[in-house]
Amino acid sequence: MLQFSRWKIIAIVLTCVVGIVFALPNFFAKETVASWPSFVPKKQLALGLDLKGGAHLLLQMDQNELRKDWLQSIREDVRKVLRDAKIGFTGIGAAGNAIQATLLKPEETDKAYEELKKLAQPIGNAILGTAGTTMTVERGQTPGTILVQPTEQAFNERLSNAAAAAVETVSRRVNALGTVEPNIVRQGRDRILVQAPGFEDTKALKAVIGSTAKLTFHDVHPSISAAEAQQTRVPIGYKIHPSDEPDEPAYLLREVPVVPGDDLVDAQPGFDQRTNEPVISFRFNQSGARKFGAFTKDNVGRPFAIVLDNKVLSAPVIREPILGGSGQISGSFSVESANHLAIQLRSGALPTPLTIVEERTVGPSLGADSVKAGLTAGIIGSIATVLMAITAYGTFGVYAVVGLIINGLLIVGLMSAVGSTLTLPGIAGLVLTIGMAVDANVLIFERIREELRAGKTPISAIDAGFTRAMVTIADSQLTTLVAAFIMFWLGSGPIRGFAVTLTIGIFTSIFTAVTVTRLLIWLWLRNAKTGKGKISVPI
Amino acid sequence: MFLVPDFKGFDFFPHGTRIDFMRWKGICFGLSIVAMIVSLGLVAVKGLNYGVDFKGGSLIEVQSKSGPADLTALRDKLGALGLGDVQVQTIGAPTDVLIRIEEQPGGEKAQQETLNKVVAAIGSGYEQRRVEVVGPAVSSELRMTGTIAVLASILAIIVYVWFRFEWQFALGTVVALAHDVLVTVGVFSLFQMEFDLSIVAALLTILGYSVNDTVVVSDRIRENLRKYKKMEINELLNLSINETLSRTILTGATTIAVLIALYVFGGDVIHNFTFAMLFGVVVGTYSSIFVGAPLLGYLGVKRDWSDIAKDVKSGAAARKA
Repeated sequence: MLQFSRWKIIAIVLTCVVGIVFALPNFFAKETVASWPSFVPKKQLALGLDLKGGAHLLLQMDQNELRKDWLQSIREDVRKVLRDAKIGFTGIGAAGNAIQATLLKPEETDKAYEELKKLAQPIGNAILGTAGTTMTVERGQTPGTILVQPTEQAFNERLSNAAAAAVETVSRRVNALGTVEPNIVRQGRDRILVQAPGFEDTKALKAVIGSTAKLTFHDVHPSISAAEAQQTRVPIGYKIHPSDEPDEPAYLLREVPVVPGDDLVDAQPGFDQRTNEPVISFRFNQSGARKFGAFTKDNVGRPFAIVLDNKVLSAPVIREPILGGSGQISGSFSVESANHLAIQLRSGALPTPLTIVEERTVGPSLGADSVKAGLTAGIIGSIATVLMAITAYGTFGVYAVVGLIINGLLIVGLMSAVGSTLTLPGIAGLVLTIGMAVDANVLIFERIREELRAGKTPISAIDAGFTRAMVTIADSQLTTLVAAFIMFWLGSGPIRGFAVTLTIGIFTSIFTAVTVTRLLIWLWLRNAKTGKGKISVPI
Repeated sequence: MFLVPDFKGFDFFPHGTRIDFMRWKGICFGLSIVAMIVSLGLVAVKGLNYGVDFKGGSLIEVQSKSGPADLTALRDKLGALGLGDVQVQTIGAPTDVLIRIEEQPGGEKAQQETLNKVVAAIGSGYEQRRVEVVGPAVSSELRMTGTIAVLASILAIIVYVWFRFEWQFALGTVVALAHDVLVTVGVFSLFQMEFDLSIVAALLTILGYSVNDTVVVSDRIRENLRKYKKMEINELLNLSINETLSRTILTGATTIAVLIALYVFGGDVIHNFTFAMLFGVVVGTYSSIFVGAPLLGYLGVKRDWSDIAKDVKSGAAARKA
C-alpha cells in the first residue's frame, strides 16, 4: 500500500501540475492572462449571475395560442381545397380540437374526402426523414361532414419547432441590445431561459422579448441601388434596409411590403429536386398566396427582398411565377444555414406570446458584495481548517494541509477547464468541501494513532491506517456523491452550481487526501529510514 | 516538505474512553422521537414560511442612495397600491431594504405588472439590488422537485447502505437521516425562517454529511463485529462509538468552524442556508451516535461476518445470537 513506483509518482505530480496550471488564470487579471502564450490555458472561472450581476428570465410559450393559430390556418386550407375542387359547403368551423366541414351535397363526401386527404403531410423535414402525418381526415358521423384534425404528434413537432424558432428570435433581440455573452436556451417543452449577465435594466430586456418578430416581403427598387440613393436622395415610398450580413451592401426597398409577415404560415428546409441544393420551402396562407402570386407573375427575372427585423435576410431573383402559395428560396445555402434561415422565417411566422414565469435579477453591487463576503468566509474557514489540522496532527497535519491546498487548486482548475459557473451556494459548497476533505485525513491519522497504540511499528501502523481508513472514506464519499447527483438531476440554477462544486470536490478530495498525502508521508518515511535510530511518527 | 521539522500534534482526546452511550439511548430515543413529532406538528400547524421560490410572488432588495432607508414612507407608498400582504424590512445595513409581495391573483402576467407598479412606487431614491419574481406555475414545480429531491436522495442512500452493509444498518441510517431533515425543517417552522430553494440544497448537504458520519460509525461496528464475535451488542456499539469519537468530534468541529465562518461573514443572501447547514451538522453528528447506532442494538445484527458460506448454513442461529 505504501509503495510508489516511479511512474506512479510522475502521474500524481503531473495531475497536480496540470490542475494547478488550469487554476492559475484565476489568480491574474483578465488582461494579463490574455497576453500569455497560446499553449497556456486561459479560461477563468465563470461567475454566476448572483455573483457578477445580471438577469435571469424564464419565458413560457403559449401553447393554446399555437394550437388556435394552427386550427385557424387549417380552416383556411380546407376552405381553399373545397373551393378549388368546386365542392359546395355550408360551413367550415372548429369542432373541439378539429375543423369540421359541412358539405352542401352529401353525395360529394367521397370526393371531398379524397381532396382533403391531400392536406395531410408527412411529418418531419426532408433532411431528417419522415414519420406519421400532420393530420387525420375522417368522415363525420352526420352524412356530408368531414373532420380534419391535427395529430398530437404533429402538434408536438410544431411546438418543438416553435420553441426552437422562439429561442432564435429571442437571441437576436437580446443580442441587439448589446448584451455581452447572453445565454439563451430552451428548457423543457415550451420554455426559454434567458440569462443576460451584467444587465441592470431588465425593463428594456423584457420589452424587447415581449414584442413579436416581423417578417415581410418587399419589392426591390428596379434601378437605383441603396448606395446611390444614400448619396442623392431616397425615392418617395422607398426605404433603405441594411443587409443581415454586416459585410453586404444595403438594399433600397419599397416601404409597403408585397406580403406582410403574418401571411407566412410555414417554412421548412429541404433540397431542390433538380440541383439537389439546400433550399427553404415556405408557404403562405390564402391571402398571402394571392398577393405573392400576382407580384411574382409580373416580376419574373427581378429580385425581391425577404426582410426580418428591418434587415434583409436575402434578395433572391424570381425564376418563375409562384402561384400556389408556396415556394422555394434558393441561394448559397449550406444545409445548416438553410435550416437556420428556415428557423428564422418560422420565428416570424409563429409568434406565440411569451410570458415571464420567473425572474431573478441581481444588481452588480450586490454581486460584488457577495463575492467579497464569500471570499472572506472562504479565507477564514480555510485558516480555521489549516490550524485545526496542524495542531491536531503535527507534521502529518502539514502534509494534509499541502493536500488541501492542492485540492482547492484542483477544484478551481477543473471547474475552469470544464467551464462550470461559480455561484454563491457554489462558494459555500467549495468551503464546505475543503472542511469535509479534512475528514479523510482525520480518519487516516486517527487510525494510524490507534494502530500505534496497539503496538504496531510505525511503518505497519501507517500502512494499516491508510488501508483500513480507505474503506470508510470510499463509503462516506460515495454516499455524498449520491446526494450530489440527485441535486444536479433535480435541481435548478443555484442548486446545480452547488452540486457541481460538491461533485468535483469529492473526486479531488479522495485524490489529494488519500493519494497526495500518502505520497508525502511515503517520502517522509523514506527520508526518516536513512537516518540513524528509531523512527518516531510525527503525528 | 522536509523543510518542515518533525513535530507531534496535540492528541486532544483521551483514548480508550469507555463512555456508556447506550445507557442514554432510552432518553435520547425518547427525545428524538418527541423532537420529530413536534417538528411534524409544527409544520402541520404553523406551516413553513415559504420563500418566493415555493410560494410565488415577488422579492425586491433595494439600497437607499442617500442615508438610511425610510421604512415608514416605503410602507405607506407600497400599502397604497393594494397588493395584499407586503413586508418591508431592513436587511444587513440600515440602507438595505427587503420588500416581499405575496403572489397576486391573475396568473403569471399579474406578477410582472405588480413588479412594475412597485418599482415605480419605490421611486428613484433607491437602487435595485435584487429582484425575484416567481409565478404560480414555477413555484408549484419547484415545490414538487424540491420534495422529490430530498426523498430520492434518502432512497438512494438507503439502497447504497443496504448494498454495502446489512438491512439493519440501512434502517438505522434512514431513521437517522429522516430525523435530521425533520428536525431541521421543524426549526425553520418554529422560528418561521424563510424556507426556499437554497434550504433544500442545505437539507441535501446535511443528508450527505449525516450519512457520512453514520457510515463511519457503522464501518467500525462492522469491523468490531468481525473482531469480537462474542461481545454483548450494546458493549460492542459503545466500543465502536468510543473508538471513532475523536474523529467524530474533530471533523465535526472543523466543519462547524467553517460553517460559522460562512454564517458570520458569508453575507445575508446565504444566511439561512448556512444556518440550516450549521444546525443540520450538529444534529447529524448527534443522530449518528444516539439514533443510528442504538437502533442497531434494537434491531439485532448479523454477528458472524467471517465466512459467507458458513453464514448460509448457520445463518438463523447466528442471527439469534
